[in-house]
Amino acid sequence: MAAFDAGVKLGTGYPGTPSTEILETFESLGGRAQWSPNEKVALEVGIGVAFAGARALVTMKHVGLNVAADPLFTVAYTRLDGALVVVSADDPAMASSQNEQDNRRYALAAGVPMLEPSDSQEAYEFTLRAIDISERWQVPVLLRMTTRVCHSKTVVRRATVAIPPPRPAHFEHDFPSRVMIPAYARPAHLRLRKTLAQIAAWNDEAGPNQLVAGSSSLGIITSGVAFQYVREVAGEASVLKLGMTYPLPLERMRSFAASVERCVVIEEGDPYLVEGARTAGIAVEAKPEIFRFGELNSGRVRRILDSDDSPEPKPVRGRPPALCPGCPHRAVYTALKNLNCIVSGDIGCYSLGVLPPFEAMDTLVCMGAAIGVGLGLRHSLPPEEARRVVSVIGDSTFVHSGITGLVEMVYNPPASGHVVLILDNGTTAMTGMQEHPGTGRTLAHAKTGKVVFEDLVRSLGVRNVHVVDPAPDPAGFQELIQACLDTPELSVVIARRDCLLATRAIREYERCNEQQTN
Amino acid sequence: MSSKPTNVVIAGLGGQGVIKASDILADVAFSSGLDVKKSELHGMSQRGGSVSSDVRFGERVFSPMVPEKEADFLLVIAPDQVEVNAAVLGQNGILIEPSQIDESSLSNKKSINVALLGVLSRHLQFSVEAWTAALKRNLPERLHEANLMAFSIGRANERIMGQGK
Ligand SMILES: Cc1ncc(C[n+]2csc(CCOP(=O)(O)OP(=O)(O)O)c2C)c(N)n1
Ligand code: SF4
Repeated sequence: MAAFDAGVKLGTGYPGTPSTEILETFESLGGRAQWSPNEKVALEVGIGVAFAGARALVTMKHVGLNVAADPLFTVAYTRLDGALVVVSADDPAMASSQNEQDNRRYALAAGVPMLEPSDSQEAYEFTLRAIDISERWQVPVLLRMTTRVCHSKTVVRRATVAIPPPRPAHFEHDFPSRVMIPAYARPAHLRLRKTLAQIAAWNDEAGPNQLVAGSSSLGIITSGVAFQYVREVAGEASVLKLGMTYPLPLERMRSFAASVERCVVIEEGDPYLVEGARTAGIAVEAKPEIFRFGELNSGRVRRILDSDDSPEPKPVRGRPPALCPGCPHRAVYTALKNLNCIVSGDIGCYSLGVLPPFEAMDTLVCMGAAIGVGLGLRHSLPPEEARRVVSVIGDSTFVHSGITGLVEMVYNPPASGHVVLILDNGTTAMTGMQEHPGTGRTLAHAKTGKVVFEDLVRSLGVRNVHVVDPAPDPAGFQELIQACLDTPELSVVIARRDCLLATRAIREYERCNEQQTN
Repeated sequence: MSSKPTNVVIAGLGGQGVIKASDILADVAFSSGLDVKKSELHGMSQRGGSVSSDVRFGERVFSPMVPEKEADFLLVIAPDQVEVNAAVLGQNGILIEPSQIDESSLSNKKSINVALLGVLSRHLQFSVEAWTAALKRNLPERLHEANLMAFSIGRANERIMGQGK
């Protein structure tokens, strides 16, 4: 919503809980938003938008920033004409992710200013501020959210922050600021550090930080959603809530810490604020190590304030998700289990193949890893085991980062060959049915260019390519996989059948698009 | 200190309308002029995993999550999810569950989430008009009739159930 009010020219991103809804909302309000094949490309497109003098918003989940880290670290050196705001949605407690990395470390490592909203209202205001800061200092800005800020709804008032209107897009040659060859990058790095020092001074004086006056016996430094828990359980305490957490407003933190008897830092995840404060010689109390894991809540904040690090009661586990009845992935895992395959897996709905009754996935690391890891297994296992290795990857994941793995397979084929299974269910099901380049429809479901997997795979030089629907004839499907395992050739099997939950919507989009072309 | 917020937890399985029910409740509270915060856990929800949503409303609400043992109401749409969520319920908290509704009286079984909101509505001070408006705002038109029916069935039912306990 803020992106829309701020006249963002283009929103790009790759889906990932809990960040997915941002672009979908922006689009539904009338903004221009598009899914990229992966986060790196999304950020690169955003960089181009900002080089053109326009405003860009790039969204991803926390692990997405790993993929986009390469452009991030260097765009920090460049001079932007427009605005570039990168939204990183962290997931402490791993409600729906493979790790709980704390992306505040990226701001520090890359030298990118960072804002941390604590509720929906601030998510709105800080997006506007981030655009303003980005244009004023000509640097990218990170907007770091967490699950509880993304997946919570609080009442939002619009237009509470005034920023200048967007300028018309225009390109100015400026080689030393945008061409990061070493000769230009060296002075650019110096310039970045100078800019960060200026921003730090501004943050101390006028940054989006908030002081809640209270008792002088207890002071709390906090940021993000943790602020809400602090206000809930320690209404009497003095609180310094940091809105901009890189570069830190160290002088404000120093005088705040000096003004109270006990100064505790309450933060979710890594001891990022604590380390920042202590490095600057500010004495603060840190939370016990057990609170680094998982997310905070009111109860845990109370424990931290009571210095209580006794073991916590284990939460009752809810019912784990399972593949939907009638899911097309089921037939595939039944076959892989029957054939006793060694399955190099990947991330998506199909990751659930690891759970009973299938238990037919042996590895999962990060998106796209299925193919590379499978090849490594093939290269090193004894022949009779190597011949049972299969890489399994979803359609959206294949486009995201599986294609380079396939190139590796063609370039460095294992002696026993290899079998890659692309599970093409016509959508990015895991994150809520987003389109991707293989569906041939845009974020808004309109017809666009389509990447046809079988054509792509053949063009790379794989000769053994099969396209099948695994559901109607499971025995036939299993025979096909067996045949592929038996040959030392490289095989790609595209198992194509729409996700059961998406079938109706896909049919509807296709019908609409058909009507429009007629 | 301002008065304490009202805490409601809605729980069930993916696809049962947990989030929809909490949207409607938050909407009613908001349109009645209260501060509202709502938070949900729905990782990979489309595949029948546990889903829950916290709704808090009052004069001023901070944390979007209901603290443990402080829920005033726990509304559970799937019977087997009662146990998983029971820990949030406060001492005098009220449990609202599907057995309080005669499912055969619903023209569309999927509207059980709204029927349970009807049960909940007896305990809250919002007007029927506010509920009706919120239901209409949050549901597509073709579902209005079935859901308004379900809501009134739930709202009427509670009296009988209340006596039984
Ligand atoms: C770098 C990164 N970006 C995004 C995600 C979130 N994510 C996990 S799997 C997935 C896509 C799954 O889609 P697909 O491969 O089509 O499988 P499906 O769920 O449809 O079976 C996404 C977006 C992630 N885990 N890592
Ligand atoms: S959402 Fe689709 S892909 Fe995911 S488990 Fe269900 S049917 Fe399968």
